[in-house]
Amino acid sequence: MRLWEFYARNSQEVLGLVGQHLYLVAISTGAAIVIGVPLGVLLTRRPAWRGPVLGMANVFQTVPSLALFGFLIPLPFIGGIGARTAIVALVLYALLPIVRNTYEGVAGVDPAVREAGRGMGMTDWQLLTQVELPLGFGVILAGVRVATVVSVGTATIAAAIGAGGLGVYIFRGVAVVDDTLILAGALPAALMALAADGLLGVAARRFAWRGK
Amino acid sequence: MTKPLEVEGLGYDLPGRGKGERRKSRSLVRDVSFTVGAGETLVLLGRSGSGKTTTLKLINRLLEPTSGEVRVAGERAADLPVTRLRRRIGYVIQEVGLFPHFTVERNVGLVPRLEAWPPARIAARVRELLALVGLDPDTFAGRYPHELSGGQRQRVGVARALAADPPLLLLDEPFGALDPITRVELQREFAALEGRLGKGMVFVTHDVREGLLLGSRIGLMLQGRLAFLGTPDEFRRSDHPEVKAFMAAA
Repeated sequence: MRLWEFYARNSQEVLGLVGQHLYLVAISTGAAIVIGVPLGVLLTRRPAWRGPVLGMANVFQTVPSLALFGFLIPLPFIGGIGARTAIVALVLYALLPIVRNTYEGVAGVDPAVREAGRGMGMTDWQLLTQVELPLGFGVILAGVRVATVVSVGTATIAAAIGAGGLGVYIFRGVAVVDDTLILAGALPAALMALAADGLLGVAARRFAWRGK
Repeated sequence: MTKPLEVEGLGYDLPGRGKGERRKSRSLVRDVSFTVGAGETLVLLGRSGSGKTTTLKLINRLLEPTSGEVRVAGERAADLPVTRLRRRIGYVIQEVGLFPHFTVERNVGLVPRLEAWPPARIAARVRELLALVGLDPDTFAGRYPHELSGGQRQRVGVARALAADPPLLLLDEPFGALDPITRVELQREFAALEGRLGKGMVFVTHDVREGLLLGSRIGLMLQGRLAFLGTPDEFRRSDHPEVKAFMAAA
């Protein structure tokens, strides 16, 4: 029960770190959606770009997260110490599942449906917004779900470059070999990941069109 | 009176893939010419790969012709914006291609909605068309495609193609994927419908019996060319070897 004592004594700080953590995840996932969904759609229109773009996104995924945060620090404009650099790194991580699932969701629409839509005289924009995105929504949302859950975990490492968040407790706990402190950071992060996963799962069941 | 469809010297070459000398274009459709009058159904018959479907797609510009000219209701297809051209041409395909997330009503009302008809007029038109293709509007308007049988789906496909009252209808093996009993049922009803609609139709099939039943004229395609064009009676009597091969298969 030392954990509860810790929370009781530091409630102000805990809430602040939870807030920072949520901020990092929300901003980075939001930005990754804004960049990733149009990029995924673009790949369905320019199949030749698919290999290079997905390859790039894949490369970002393979760089160990701590190293990626480190690499970004010396870069001008996006680099430095703090939340901004962390957000850039988190966006790069979240991009792959979102781009890939958007591509697959849209490309996976039955070709006969697409041909019928074009044959009826729908413009490319109408086909995209009325047919392809609604039908691909479930797959796209699954990508957002993966990206969000991964971001919650990866954002704990952002504390290493001074971006705050629940990683602050984890790094401090590791440094002074204090299990309670590590748990104080890890537990809310885990709960946050579960909550995000659950909420997006509910949204998927509620809004996404499902095949017969 | 302008004809729903006039096709003159239509051709389509696929650009070659090789380099230099080996880069030869392959022609899928060559020098195809025909006209279709109102109330007339031209059946394009042929083996797989003879260019029937390609010809159809050249008419509504899902493929762009590399030579020749297509006129729909007197207007050059190449001069019209492609979406406007397609909204004047009903299009029915074998796989139907209904939008699975739309009800039957929204599927049928697709083109009228793209053309921004008032909602009351769309609703009335949808009911009229469902009745025309033999589906009770009260029962079927609110259903989704996955709740329909194959035959019902293709009925909806035909209703959707007729929605904006286009002068021309293109049908690509519309009954090809149906079970034999449903197919015969739909062929009979379609034969009765043809005369009443007064539209020009191009109907692609590889089934001679279907072609003889539904066509006012038959065009036989062979290696991208129109090898024979004539009435069903002329088709039966023709000495053309490919015609004979098809008649032997009937």
